Amino acid sequence: MPPSETVKAEARRFSFYYGNTQALKEVTMPVYDKRVTALIGPSGCGKSTFLRSFNRMHDLYPNNRYEGEIRLYPENINLVAPDVDPIEIRMRVAMVFQKPNPFPKSIFDNVAYGLVIRGITNRSELADRVEMALKGAALWDEVKDRLDALGTSLSGGQQQRLCIARALATEPEILLLDEPTSALDPIATASIEDLVSELSDRVTILVVTHNMQQAARISDYTAFMFLGELIEFGPTDELFVRPKEKQTEDYITGRFG
Amino acid sequence: MATQPFDVAELRTNIAKRRRWDVIFGLVELVATMVGVVVLLTLFIDLIIDGWQHVTNKAFFLNFPSRRPAEAGILSAWVGTALVMVVTFLAAAPLGVAAAIYLEEYAPKNWLTELIEVNVTNLAAVPSIVYGLLALGLFVYILGFGHSILTAGLTLALMILPVIIVATREALRAIPLDIREAAYALGATRWQVVSDHLVPYASGGILTGVIIGMARAIGETAPLITIGALTFIAFLPPIPFTGEPPAGPFDWLFSPFTVLPIQMFNWLSRPQPAFHELAAGVGIVIIVATLLMNGIAIWLRYRIRRNLTW
Repeated sequence: MPPSETVKAEARRFSFYYGNTQALKEVTMPVYDKRVTALIGPSGCGKSTFLRSFNRMHDLYPNNRYEGEIRLYPENINLVAPDVDPIEIRMRVAMVFQKPNPFPKSIFDNVAYGLVIRGITNRSELADRVEMALKGAALWDEVKDRLDALGTSLSGGQQQRLCIARALATEPEILLLDEPTSALDPIATASIEDLVSELSDRVTILVVTHNMQQAARISDYTAFMFLGELIEFGPTDELFVRPKEKQTEDYITGRFG
Repeated sequence: MATQPFDVAELRTNIAKRRRWDVIFGLVELVATMVGVVVLLTLFIDLIIDGWQHVTNKAFFLNFPSRRPAEAGILSAWVGTALVMVVTFLAAAPLGVAAAIYLEEYAPKNWLTELIEVNVTNLAAVPSIVYGLLALGLFVYILGFGHSILTAGLTLALMILPVIIVATREALRAIPLDIREAAYALGATRWQVVSDHLVPYASGGILTGVIIGMARAIGETAPLITIGALTFIAFLPPIPFTGEPPAGPFDWLFSPFTVLPIQMFNWLSRPQPAFHELAAGVGIVIIVATLLMNGIAIWLRYRIRRNLTW
């Protein structure tokens, strides 16, 4: 472990199965606290599957199976263990999806939802925390005069920042981003990338991207995955400049993928 | 290889030949459409010619049925229909929606739920008189509800349950997976996802299903005759929720009743033409009620869907 890093979560020989199909093979890697870790690799390499394991999204569908461990610190629990409540995990590990998916409700209600479901009903507290989250997602100035407007009425990039605000409102420990800019235009993409860099002071971020330049721009650490296996993990500057593995080098130099 | 000289004349003959079928089939389709429209229109105009004098007469709605056609009205019938519909709505809407939510969101996908699904879909095709038979055994004899508004309402509720279940499931299925995942990812429980998101977003489709089911129920005659609805009633049930508790507020449920289609059937079966005109008047009332309900359903669906984009 590099000096001055704290481990927030750590996969240990973590495997995942869709029915009988093994999608992840004994992945072992750390996720450092308040750092941005990028997961890269060609389509179908399991990077999204891996990401979605961190907040137990796979529990929503039948016949999915986790094996091995993903430890969550500081308590050192195995977050994929059957006796760990997925709802607790999802409240601590928030997620933003590939396609912006705001609820067809007002901007305010979108951001407040994570707070409302845990029973916060005090209007002024909700208002404060919604404002904070929207500021955190760099959306406040654009929407502060129309919090009652439908979240779905915003532009694509704004919708994605709304989804980030919604995820941030509950002050999660880890923020998962699943190709958050793949449905956005270059300008919206740039604003999300800036946002990710700002947020990394406050929250641990794990981001899936198939855009290597993006990984290089926004992440502190990068994991390269291929066919369900972790090929290489390291500080982003090292992995891109001096990859240790041949496969990593082939991928980042564009020879396949 | 030499290119064939292009023969424009031949091309035009070819097009003209193909065009002929266009015209022929256009006509056939127009006639097919017209058969439906014309029949419906004739029916409706005929009803209006016969029944218009009654539906424009206030006394028709305020009088009880009578031996003398001039004094006969549909007071007991429309009140009966209204009360039966209230019971039908209160029983069918929550049951149907809950069943649909269970099947769509909670039930594991296995052979048992597959079987239930096939059954529910098929129930919609069961002839209504069979529901009457079931209700006669269950509500009248076993549960002892008598030939009452309660029995009628529950019978019709059973009949329209499949309609509501199918409509609700379709409305739930139309909600993208993304939205469910968004809510679950924030730590919502299944019930929170259902009550905060799925039901509100599906409410347009659910309401449409409920109203279309009710519109079907309002014209039903056969199952109500089976359970023993009276054809001649010259009194009103007690006014709901006015009697002395404990039983008083609900005594209307156990009152004998008649409904509009049964009143119509009764008058139609009499020989005097004057009664047939009364029947036409009832027919207009039923058709207008049905069209009104379908109209409300369309309007609601439009209103609610307008705000839903994913």
